[in-house]
Amino acid sequence: MCLAIPGLVQRIQNGIAIVDFGGLTREIALDLVPDTQVGDYILAHAGFAIQKLDTQEAEEILSLFQDIERCFSNEPPNSI
Amino acid sequence: MNLQTPFDTILQSIHSLSTQKRNIMEVCGTHTVSISRSGLRSQLPSNLRLLSGPGCPVCVTPVSVVDAAISLSQQPNVVVFTFGDMLRVPGTQSTLQREMSRGAKVKIVYSPLESIIYAKTHPKQQIVFIGVGFETTLPILAATIQRAKFENLLNFSMLVAGKLVPPAMAALMEDPNVQIDGFICPGHVSTIIGAQSYEFLVKQYSIPCVITGFLPTDIAEGILLLLKQLSSNRSQVEIQYTRAVSWSGNISALQLMDEVFEPVDSEWRGIGLIPRSGVQFKEEYIGYDAIRRFQISLERNAEMPKGCSCGDVMKGILLPFECPIFGNLCTPTHPVGPCMVSSEGACAAYYHYETVDRS
Ligand code: SF4
Repeated sequence: MCLAIPGLVQRIQNGIAIVDFGGLTREIALDLVPDTQVGDYILAHAGFAIQKLDTQEAEEILSLFQDIERCFSNEPPNSI
Repeated sequence: MNLQTPFDTILQSIHSLSTQKRNIMEVCGTHTVSISRSGLRSQLPSNLRLLSGPGCPVCVTPVSVVDAAISLSQQPNVVVFTFGDMLRVPGTQSTLQREMSRGAKVKIVYSPLESIIYAKTHPKQQIVFIGVGFETTLPILAATIQRAKFENLLNFSMLVAGKLVPPAMAALMEDPNVQIDGFICPGHVSTIIGAQSYEFLVKQYSIPCVITGFLPTDIAEGILLLLKQLSSNRSQVEIQYTRAVSWSGNISALQLMDEVFEPVDSEWRGIGLIPRSGVQFKEEYIGYDAIRRFQISLERNAEMPKGCSCGDVMKGILLPFECPIFGNLCTPTHPVGPCMVSSEGACAAYYHYETVDRS
């Protein structure tokens, strides 16, 4: 349950970022990484950014995630 | 032309360095799943055993927390929020999922912030968040509490059942029945706490520690780094997962966690009480403690269901296959122990992906 996925910060408003996760956008809180800027890649876990990532590496990892939608689902992860 | 991939090269080096029997433990459910799903285990030398430690936060959450969540959800005016992973974890009599189907007020969210928004828009209801998780999640729970405080929400509280990973690793090293030669340290826990948090393990127990990422190549490279340390009699903390982990960790996150919570002795389901391995609210935030608000008594009871060996599986004493009821009485559709319930539990990962009994 410590899964964290990389995304690209598109906009920031009042400490909340709009983040693009391979085509899916979500609101992510920046309380833990307050110096985040638009254009940064971040790792997100449970609705919060937990770390900034190096751009090139983030793009590589993002391409490996196939089922991003499931990562944000509220459903229990019955099947892996 | 050389058709060898970097992964092949790493595997080859692992094979040539694997000259004796070694036990390597990963302490992260996401690693466990990645190892099983990728088939990495079957490509390793037979004298190298990968053990799955207590790396799944819901697997180690005591029965009393599940029971408390269920009983809260049955109180009038209370709505319980938690992460999806908690739904199927068995309490003494029932699970949150079963109670939900009977109408209990339980809501599953991706982010605890959703419970804050709900609390704001439903001022007449009491909102309780069941906060499970390791250090990856704890700063998020702390930030949630701070937001509740900032918004002056009087109808929000949290039952905190978070756990700290390094003290559990130390407890394993102290257990005479446990034989571990090296740790694959959890990736995203380490993003928060930093590599320095494992220094004490290396110093006290001379155990090699490598923080690795989640791709099969990352894990294989982590194993290789551990073998290199072992074969040259070194023990140190190394970071393979440099893209997300630094030596000192995420300072802002650590400060947030430290502002709201303090370490406390804590019970790990199937393992027992581990000193300073959990957190409780600091005095200034005690008003948000659901345990106080609803006068919940969390009995210390590390008991496991009859016939269940989850404790020994999580300590790396037994492989999931070695539990007598694995795959017959205990399956993902009829789980007996928590390791089979959670998708990141060692038994579930073995059940889904491992076919060869290599015990
Ligand atoms: S097979 Fe089931 S009962 Fe046995 S250790 Fe695994 S989860 Fe526990």
